[in-house]
This record gives sequence, C-alpha cells and structure tokens, in this order.
Amino acid sequence: MALEESETAAAKRIRVDLQLIADMVRPRSRVLDIGCGDGVLLDYLVHMKQVDGRGMELSQAGVNAGVAQGLSIIQGDADTDLDAYPSDAFDYVILSQTLQATRDPRRVVEQLVRIGRRAIVSFPNFGHWRVRWKLGWTGRMPETDSMPLKWYNTPNIHFCTIQDFLDLCTELDVEIEKAMVIDASGQPGAFTSRWRANLLGEQGMFLLKKRGG
Amino acid sequence: MSSQSSQFTGIRPEFPGLRLSFGSDQPLQLDSGASLAPFTIAYQTYGALNREKSNAILICHALTGDQFVADKHPITGKPGWWEAMIGPGKPIDTNRFFIICSNVIGSCLGSTGPSDINAATGKPYGLGFPVITIADMVRAQALLIDHLGIEQLFAVIGGSMGGMQVLQWAAAYPERVFAAMPIACAARHSAQNIAFHEVGRQAITADPEWRNGEYLAQGTSPARGLAVARMAAHITYLSEAALHRKFGRNLQDRAKVTYGFDADFQVESYLRHQGSIFVDRFDANSYLYITRAMDYFDLAAEQGGQLALAFKDTKTRFCLVSFTSDWLFPTSESRAVVHALNACAANVSFVEINSDKGHDAFLLDEPEFTAVMKGFIDGCAWHRGIR
Repeated sequence: MALEESETAAAKRIRVDLQLIADMVRPRSRVLDIGCGDGVLLDYLVHMKQVDGRGMELSQAGVNAGVAQGLSIIQGDADTDLDAYPSDAFDYVILSQTLQATRDPRRVVEQLVRIGRRAIVSFPNFGHWRVRWKLGWTGRMPETDSMPLKWYNTPNIHFCTIQDFLDLCTELDVEIEKAMVIDASGQPGAFTSRWRANLLGEQGMFLLKKRGG
Repeated sequence: MSSQSSQFTGIRPEFPGLRLSFGSDQPLQLDSGASLAPFTIAYQTYGALNREKSNAILICHALTGDQFVADKHPITGKPGWWEAMIGPGKPIDTNRFFIICSNVIGSCLGSTGPSDINAATGKPYGLGFPVITIADMVRAQALLIDHLGIEQLFAVIGGSMGGMQVLQWAAAYPERVFAAMPIACAARHSAQNIAFHEVGRQAITADPEWRNGEYLAQGTSPARGLAVARMAAHITYLSEAALHRKFGRNLQDRAKVTYGFDADFQVESYLRHQGSIFVDRFDANSYLYITRAMDYFDLAAEQGGQLALAFKDTKTRFCLVSFTSDWLFPTSESRAVVHALNACAANVSFVEINSDKGHDAFLLDEPEFTAVMKGFIDGCAWHRGIR
C-alpha cells in the first residue's frame, strides 16, 4: 500500500484553485465535496491527504465516472439533498465554483456550516474589474474565461460579488476563518481589503465556520 | 426443454456442489417464531480465501436465482447467471477474491425448502414448511460464513432480492460487512410489487395440480400455474422499450393474425416459452415462499419507520445502483436508501445507470455498470489493503 501511495503521489497534479482548497484540508479528516464533478479534487484528497472523502454531483455522467475510479460519490443536488445529513457530519464541506448555480444560495450556505464544522466556498467574483468594465462599457452581460456562457444558457443563476458574499456571511452569523482571492492568471492573492479583493479577485475563496460552532 | 417432465415432480434431484448441514439440535430460529431443523445450505465458492481471510465476497441471488453464479446450471446447462461479472480478470475477480454464493433457504437448488422431506412426517414439507423472511435467509448465510471462519466479509453484493439481502446484512451485521453493493432493490417491497407477487401466487394455487401444496407427495405438478406466474413476473423484469425493441407487434411464424387465441404475436410466444422452461428448474412452493419473504421485507419497520436507524453508526462502504428503465425497483427506491445512509453520514456512492432493459439490466451486459462495479470493488480493496 505504501508503494501505491507513493506512486499516486507522483502522479497527482491538480488545478491551482483546487490545490488551494486541498491545502486548507487537514489530513485524515472527513470531507464532503459538493459539486465534485468527476472527482479530481476528491481523488487528490483521498489519496494525498488520506481523508474519508465523499462527493455529491448533479450530473449522472460525472458520478458514474467518479465511482468507476473508486470514489464515493452520490448523485445529488446541493439545493435539495443536504437536509438529510446530520449536523457536524463532516470536518469540511467543500463547495467549489457551485454556489452561483444553486437556486437558494443563502439556504445552501446555512446547510454547509451546519453539516460541516468548516466549509470551504469558492465562486467567481462578479465584482471583478473586468466584469464591471464589460457591463459598464458594453452594457451587456459579461462573458469571461471563468464565465464563458450566455445569459440564457448559463447554469449560473445567482452571481454575487465578494462584498455580497461577505454581507451574507455576516447576516448568517458565519465566521470567515480564511479569505483569499485568485487573480486572472490563476495565482492566489492576499485578501488585503474587501474593496481591493472585490475589484481584483477573479474568484473568492473562503474558509467558513458557524460562529460559536 | 418444455417437453421434459419437471425436475420437481416425484423424486427430489441431487444437485452438485458444496453443502453445510445442521442437525436437529441446531435449529435455525426464524422471524415467524418457528424454527427449522434439520437444515442444509447449498453453496458454491470460487477463488481462494487469503491468509488474513479478508478477501471474501458473498454474492446474494435473486428470487429465482441460485448458487451457480459462475458455474453451468445443473438443470438448464446454461452458463452461471453472473458469469459476465465474476471470473478471472472480471470486475469480481476470482484471482483476487474468494467468492461465495449460497442458495437461500426456502429455495429448491439444494438448500432446505418446501420440496424437501420433512423429517417429522417423512413426506415433502409442502405448506408445512415455515414461512421465511429475508432476515432468515441472511441468518442462515451468516452461519455459513461462520463455518468458513470468516470474521468480516470484504463485500456483500446482490441485485433485486439479492440487494434486499445485502441491505439486511449491512443492517444486521454491520461490523461483518466492509463493503455493500445493493443493486436494483429497495429497503421495502412496494404495494405494487406485492400485488404482482400475489398474482403469481394465485396463478399457482389456482392450478388444480397444486393439490394444496402436496403435489410432490401426490405425483402431480402445478406447471401451468407456475408458468403463468413466471410470465407475469417476467413482464415486470423488462421495460416497454425493451419489449418493443425485441418484438414490436411482430407475428410468430405467420403472415397475418389468425383470429384465434394461438400465440399470434412473438411476444406471446416468448412469454409462453419463458414460462415453460421455468417450471423445469423451479419448485412452485418455493416460489410461494420466496415471494412472500420479499413481500414481508421492510427494513425500516422494526425501527419505527426510520430507515436511517437501521444503519446507525455504520462503517460499511455502500454503493447503490439503479437502472433508469427499472419500474419494478425504480431509482426512487435506491434514493430513499441513499438519503437514509446520508442521515447517518455513511460512506455511500449512488449510481443510476442509463439502460432501457428494465429490471433485468443488472444481469445483462451494461458496460457502464461493469465499470462502476469494478471501480467500487477496486476502490474498496485499496482501502481494505487487499492487493
């Protein structure tokens, strides 16, 4: 088994934003990755951090591909299928690039910090200067590298800015333990101020927990 | 084959394979309060048990299935019912795992059932056989696993009624099941499914040759009734799309309809054939008893209706599988089990396979299902440290 692990270790390379999420996760913890796609992050966490990892994914094709790789994934919807889990069932609940596609993001965030002792949330920032420029200058819905679809066919129905998200966290009494941004080149940046992060961060990434939890 | 006389008239045939027998002093306690003694469990094994005894997989068969999961069937001569899945280099790899499959009690392929001689009367049990449940079947299997010296099964896998047994194993013996794969099944038998079973049972008991269950002693055979039961059930194993693809409205060996009640349509001829070959390999009373066991299955019932309590604190790794066109055990049934397992924060995978082949899809060649089976087993083997 040691040999297998070192073999996998050499092979695992994941996207920068996923690596940032993985770096926040403690080894051997319990993790639920919501909207896990075909399980790239989950696979990394299971093999590199020895977590007890589960995934939830809306697309059946993604689920089947992930399970065929030996991952624990269920077909499910962040909007409807989180209620069943007991409180504090996981050490981390991850919602990467999915919040903006949920029908009720406020309820989803509440659920994340209920079923996870910590939640890790990342989303495209609609307050980024390029988005503002496109909307302000062209008068049309912005299309960017991280948001390439048209307004009528995008699954992203609830865009928000970093400022909006931070307001929601305050409203829900959710504590931000860690905040960072990812710039246009995919590099992580420090979260020096809300205003600056909201202008320069293409994505926001947050480690959350319920206050007093 | 239909011209042959049934195997289940007159003398009980001897089938090949392994046997574990318990004497009159070791009764099997049943849910009904009755007990069964003496009794025998017929089983087959494939591959080798490793030194740690950590690589055993129990396969649970469906209603009319048997222990010959990867062997030629002793009556029909057909390949084992899951040879596509089990064998060297296959998803359930006999080079790696020790595979066990036992005939459920109440059945008729070697394990004690209603066609066996009741020691108390010297005649076949017939309706004197006690009513059995899925939990009773599993209790008997557990005795076999004890006998084989296996503390914990690496996996318990089964489809349809086999899937019910998998769920029962996971609920009753959580620490003895490392991984569980319930396929195309439910945690409780639905009203619709009980209704279909009742039609089958009525067909059998309405056959005058059934003789109140004593046909073996009286030398008759309720073959017509059993065949009708099989025909009705067989429809539920398929889908509208599969039937249409296979037969459409095609006529059987004729150019036009005959304005009579012969099998004008291919689908009629097919069903008649399915019915007639079934009676050669299955006992009518076993059919009554095993359908009853499925009807009674309701895992949540003894937990006050809360299915999650049946799996509380489970460490077992689950993978549930359903098929899109299965209307006998639809995806919603598997999803209900998944929600219950989520409520205990269990380690669970859930896959719905796109197939138009209906309930029977789990027995057929479905590449995506095969890939999921292999992925789940390999992943669990990695976690269990099995090479």
